[in-house]
Amino acid sequence: MNKTLNQKAWWLVAPVLVLVAFNAFIPLMTVVNYAFQETFGNNVFFWEGTTWFEQVLRSDRFHDALVRQLLYTGMILAIEVPLGIGVALTMPRKGPWVSVCLVLMALPLLIPWNVVGAMWNIFALPDIGLLGHTLNSMGIDYNFTRQPVAAWMTTVLMDVWHWTSLVVLLCYAGLSSIPDDYYQAAHIDGASRWAIFRYIQLPKMKRVLTIAILLRFMDSFMIYTEPFVLTGGGPGNTTTFLSIDLVKIALGQFDLGPAAAMSLIYFLVVLLICWVFYTLMMRNEEQ
Amino acid sequence: MTHPRKWLIPTLYILFLMLPIYGLLAMSFKTTGEILGGFSFFPQQFTLANYKVIFTDPTWYNGYINSIIYVVINTVISVSVALPAAYAFSRYRFLGDKHLFFWLLTNRMAPPAVFALPFFQLYSAIGLFDTHIAVALAHCLFNIPLTVWILEGFMSGIPKELDETAYLDGYSFPRFFIRIFIPTIAAGIGVAMFFCFMYSWVELLLAKTLTSVDAKPIAATMTRTASSSGYELGLLAAAGSLTILPGAVVIYFVRNYIAKGFALGRV
Repeated sequence: MNKTLNQKAWWLVAPVLVLVAFNAFIPLMTVVNYAFQETFGNNVFFWEGTTWFEQVLRSDRFHDALVRQLLYTGMILAIEVPLGIGVALTMPRKGPWVSVCLVLMALPLLIPWNVVGAMWNIFALPDIGLLGHTLNSMGIDYNFTRQPVAAWMTTVLMDVWHWTSLVVLLCYAGLSSIPDDYYQAAHIDGASRWAIFRYIQLPKMKRVLTIAILLRFMDSFMIYTEPFVLTGGGPGNTTTFLSIDLVKIALGQFDLGPAAAMSLIYFLVVLLICWVFYTLMMRNEEQ
Repeated sequence: MTHPRKWLIPTLYILFLMLPIYGLLAMSFKTTGEILGGFSFFPQQFTLANYKVIFTDPTWYNGYINSIIYVVINTVISVSVALPAAYAFSRYRFLGDKHLFFWLLTNRMAPPAVFALPFFQLYSAIGLFDTHIAVALAHCLFNIPLTVWILEGFMSGIPKELDETAYLDGYSFPRFFIRIFIPTIAAGIGVAMFFCFMYSWVELLLAKTLTSVDAKPIAATMTRTASSSGYELGLLAAAGSLTILPGAVVIYFVRNYIAKGFALGRV
């Protein structure tokens, strides 16, 4: 759409700007304050420069949490995106079952995150949970509170359960915008199932898939509540992702300086990856 | 082209989605003794005692009321300020518009864990700690950018001729916006409200940090109960099951627009 130049449009944006800036700038400045200074309370600050940043960037603890986070985000994207596409392709296009499918699939998205954690905790309890009991009675030794591998698998499975529907709904929206004529034309040309997917369905899903991957990347990189309630970051530190580690340092140990420095690094990592992704997406669209 | 067993994949997927929910529901109807006694697929001694506790104990049911209050306030604020902004982004070019739009989105990328402590200090300093409005305002951080994004998508799909015709007919901007434009994008507004509701309802970290007693959300009540009074799994399961209900009701209302909404109006 060709837009007209109108500087007065700023007035329409102003309320949003004020509200978001209030919530974004002031807290961000607080974080910056703590990141560069040492405080012993009473609003007395001492300049520390980049000490905290160096400390965080050199610490093994931060490296481990970052690696865990990247691995986790990579794993869930690798599972959720293909699964989401698969389910979206096989969903009914018309008829009463569409609504049933959509409502049931969207249900996990609307459950408070700590309830998701609690639900999976109950579901996976080795002796009395549906999943844990079934696995153990099948002869598989499973205990997510003690075995790191089991804890990882459960955390990943929980996220797949929680968020794959987002990918499904987005892909479904892309697919339902394809006119029937396209399929008829493909049918007449004798196109294979794969050719239809590759040359008709995938291009139509490209845009929504990008949104899906972007949203899933951001949200999984910030994940806190669900794994915290499910495993508490354990056993040991095996499921301590970046946010869990950050809250442990900030609120558990009250090391505000390192916590603030870590916050800024963390935020910058998310921004950087999203920016690269956003730029690539825009370049792709221009071509 | 259509495979006869095509329905198998969605069916299995939905079954997978329903299993943990069933586990939670089943547990909410069991007595504590039965839960700890071992696994059973169906409740053996069916009881409503857990639900009775929640509906009679104010510390429990107030949690639901608090959550719903701040979610509604947040939805109203987010949508009403995002409407004019989204209109500006979809119709006009102005100085710094693209940068502003990306900056708004960056707030959607801010990890809540980063903001938890500064938010606590900010809202304590202005005397809003432990009020519904504090949580509602804090959730604006990620809900307003998302709402602007969704509404902008829906508005861009409406031809500009609509605006121009209305102005030619002598409509002023506010009158055009309220009388003509808002009804035209009603579906988009519904979807945006759904998303505000959803993200505000499911968020816990900020809501918990900004409240203590008077505005404590149900999710926080649950975590505190889980840690303080032993391990009352049945009660926890009942409270959890009840948090699914509002979401289910809201989805039902927007079911026809939900797919388009998740694509942020951009299909």
